[in-house]
Amino acid sequence: MSTALPVLQAADFASDQEVRWCPGCGDYSILAQMKKMLPSLGIPREQTVFISGIGCSSRFPYYMNTYGLHSIHGRAPAVATGLKVARPDLSVWVITGDGDGLSIGGNHLMHCIRRNLDINIVLFNNQIYGLTKGQYSPTSPLGKVTKSTPMGAIDNPLHPLSIAIGCEATFVARSIDVNIKHLGMVLKRAAEHRGASFVEVYQNCNIFNDGAFNYATDKETKADTVVELEHGKPLIFGKNRDKGIRLHGMNPEIVELGKGISEDDLLFHDEKAPEPSLAYLLSRMRHPEFPEPIGVFRAVDRPRYDDEMGRQIATAIEKKGAGDFNELYNSADTWMVN
Amino acid sequence: MSTTTTSAGPTTRRDQPTSHSDETPAQQPPLHSAHKPVEELTTATVRFCGDSGDGMQLAGTQLSNTSALAGNDIATFPDFPAEIRAPRGTKAGVSGFQIQFASGEIYTPGDRVDALVAMNPAALATNLSDLIKGGVLIVNRDEFDEKGLKQAGYETNPLTDGSLKGYRLFQVDMTKLTRLAVQSQGLGTKESDRCRNFFAMGLVFWLYSRSLEPTLRYIDEKFGKRPAIAEANRLALKTGYNFGETTEALPTQYIVPAAKLTPGTYTNIMGNTALAWGLMTAARLSGRDLFLGSYPITPASDILHELSRHKEFGVRTFQAEDEIAAVTSAIGASFGGAMGITTSSGPGIALKQEAIGLAVMTELPMLIINVQRGGPSTGLPTKTEQADLLQAVCGRNGECPLPVVAARSPADCFDVAQEAWRISTKFMVPVMLLTDGYIANGSEPWLIPDFSKLPKIEVKHPGPMTNGEPFMPYARDENLSRPWALPGTPGLMHRLGGLEKQDITGNVSYDPINHEHMVRLRQQKVDNVAKHIPPQEVAGPPKGKLLVLSWGGTYGACLTAVRRCQAKGLSVAHAHLRYLNPFPANLGDILRSYDKVVVPELNLGQLNLLIRGKFLINTIGYNKIQGRPFSVAELTARFEELAS
Repeated sequence: MSTALPVLQAADFASDQEVRWCPGCGDYSILAQMKKMLPSLGIPREQTVFISGIGCSSRFPYYMNTYGLHSIHGRAPAVATGLKVARPDLSVWVITGDGDGLSIGGNHLMHCIRRNLDINIVLFNNQIYGLTKGQYSPTSPLGKVTKSTPMGAIDNPLHPLSIAIGCEATFVARSIDVNIKHLGMVLKRAAEHRGASFVEVYQNCNIFNDGAFNYATDKETKADTVVELEHGKPLIFGKNRDKGIRLHGMNPEIVELGKGISEDDLLFHDEKAPEPSLAYLLSRMRHPEFPEPIGVFRAVDRPRYDDEMGRQIATAIEKKGAGDFNELYNSADTWMVN
Repeated sequence: MSTTTTSAGPTTRRDQPTSHSDETPAQQPPLHSAHKPVEELTTATVRFCGDSGDGMQLAGTQLSNTSALAGNDIATFPDFPAEIRAPRGTKAGVSGFQIQFASGEIYTPGDRVDALVAMNPAALATNLSDLIKGGVLIVNRDEFDEKGLKQAGYETNPLTDGSLKGYRLFQVDMTKLTRLAVQSQGLGTKESDRCRNFFAMGLVFWLYSRSLEPTLRYIDEKFGKRPAIAEANRLALKTGYNFGETTEALPTQYIVPAAKLTPGTYTNIMGNTALAWGLMTAARLSGRDLFLGSYPITPASDILHELSRHKEFGVRTFQAEDEIAAVTSAIGASFGGAMGITTSSGPGIALKQEAIGLAVMTELPMLIINVQRGGPSTGLPTKTEQADLLQAVCGRNGECPLPVVAARSPADCFDVAQEAWRISTKFMVPVMLLTDGYIANGSEPWLIPDFSKLPKIEVKHPGPMTNGEPFMPYARDENLSRPWALPGTPGLMHRLGGLEKQDITGNVSYDPINHEHMVRLRQQKVDNVAKHIPPQEVAGPPKGKLLVLSWGGTYGACLTAVRRCQAKGLSVAHAHLRYLNPFPANLGDILRSYDKVVVPELNLGQLNLLIRGKFLINTIGYNKIQGRPFSVAELTARFEELAS
């Protein structure tokens, strides 16, 4: 580029709309980290588009000074697919929630991920329906008492990352709303990945499900309940970094370092593993049995739907020449009437 | 392969044997019998029917193309079951293809048939009632065995019990003769029997003095890579033809001379193909990339197939995971500046309606195409109906108007596709385009246009704004349209969505007065379309006893019936609507110029309801809901009754 782009700040990505989430909502933090991270990508605001569905998280596009489309419930991945296929030049983000993305929009999320379009999907997981005022969601734990489950939820929850991995995702990551540095890093990695990036963010709904992730955010407990993934590094956690995850056959187990167990005995993270088994195993580690992993679970390269579509069009033009309409109209048998 | 025939008269008419192919000159028969009388007809209606695996659609298509190439006007009606292969020999598995070809202009595939080819007893049982008295009935005698008769519900053999006395019955051992004909190619019994449709075609081609050339060409193209199959099909075709020539059973040959159509170059086109080409044409004329989001559904899938074949035109087709993804992806594409399209049929449209509301709310241009079929629910997937008009006009939550247009015939789909996109982009509104299974699968001659002479579709996008002023995404032009600002344009960043928007700024607004303003504005935008479309035309007297008001695929049958009434001196006029929402501005005046207005529809009276509601006129419904088109005879009888 011969002309230098103006250096943007977080404030340049803020729209003129008043943010209307409840005070104390975890969404504020995610919005802040997004605005802070975007300038580092060097992509002009007008090249960036946020697409959302319905729910608290889906108000996100209104607060960004980019292009945006606040669509209908669950359909953001499909809207984004059409946009990205038509306009591969754009940087496209999907903002969704546990209800929007995994319940009403589960089908679209699944197919969007498997097609590996070069877009970024951020799922705000607060384990509750916030905008409809407190019903349980597909990620609410068993037994969760809500307005629609006064005797406790009886359906088994989904793990968003397990779903994404099952859908052949090429980029899967998790972060936490209040862990701002980590969240910024994960969002940036997602943006830089070529292909469908799926990010789950633990997000606190302080009105209808306050403290759902306290175990992972509380200063006292988080060192023991969260393990940060780093590519090529062993899984070590604990306040004194004295605990680790070791593989016992096909299962993870918690071990204490020392006493004959060294770092080399631990599970080393490999986000580039061709097979998704390791990422899947990590996605199944849940509190309180295990520390829950955050960071990049999986980042592999695979052809992207939007690229392949462009390639097929180029091939067709190369083989047949750019389409000529008169030729098309006369391509079947014709006859003349004088 | 494209081949142009010049047809100053009937090209198939030859008095001398013609060499069609260098390899097999000796086998080429003359088109006219040397020793049988040839009777000239102005029109003929033929139906092939058999098992859904018998290749009847192919037989019908070949006769259609050949007749079109011979200069006839044609209209076709394929009629097949929803099951791909219902149990062999059963009535449920019968597939048929009807074609009318004529030496004058025709608008329907004909009511009853002059000649019926029945490949088995089940086909005979289900189709015989449509054969005219004294009509030609060709049956494959080999299939009339005990099992076949039982499956068709015959207690005695109709070929021998005298029940077919009123027809000119020709019993042909088609299976045996075909097997003998293709013996040299060393095929198995099953493969040999697959050639029977070519035998049947050959026989019918002889009966109507048709050239074998187009079908021989088709065989080369289709089966060229499998020489034994290709040769077997050629042999079966020629054997069928020669059988007609030599058998004493068929005493007369017929010919239908070429029609006097508007001069120009023609091709035979199916509705779904014409629609696909119309969409591609509209995209180019408006400088857009075409994006189709679609989920396979009968009878719309062929549009997806056709568009998928034309990537060299920059066409982007996306087979979505479901109907909702199909429509929402198209909205995403339109937001990005493409020509967003989604295609489906009734059940799929029902699933899309919430998203169509989003397109209305975001005021984005896009096309929703509904190839209607019999409903409700899964209904009659392969049969035709017009019962989605109210779904198109009223089928969404809230006050959610959008323009609705309908094609009237297979070739008309080409024009309507362009018109729909012209309206959509001019008024920044999604447009619903209705066709139906009857015109989607039917075909007719199409006068091929010159692309360079088609009118452009002007589309505007606002350019970059660098003065720091806020962009107003819901500002209005003279048509009340908002600007189509494309992502990627500096300074125009804006957010669309399904929440109510403040006019001009496009910000989310819960203000009660603004909401009413916006509801009325969206309605006004659609109403304004009436000022842009041509006035409604009427065929027939401008005042009189009876006006026939029709829409969609019933055009041909209604027009033909009206002409028959007019020929009898009755005061009957015909208005056929292309624009169903809004109606043309002069429609009320037209309706009030006749003593009676009859509205024939393949539903329980949906247009009738809209017309009564809008104009407070006591219109008369005429309704048929059988999954089949109107016959000209039933319409004529009703119109005569009303006009007398």
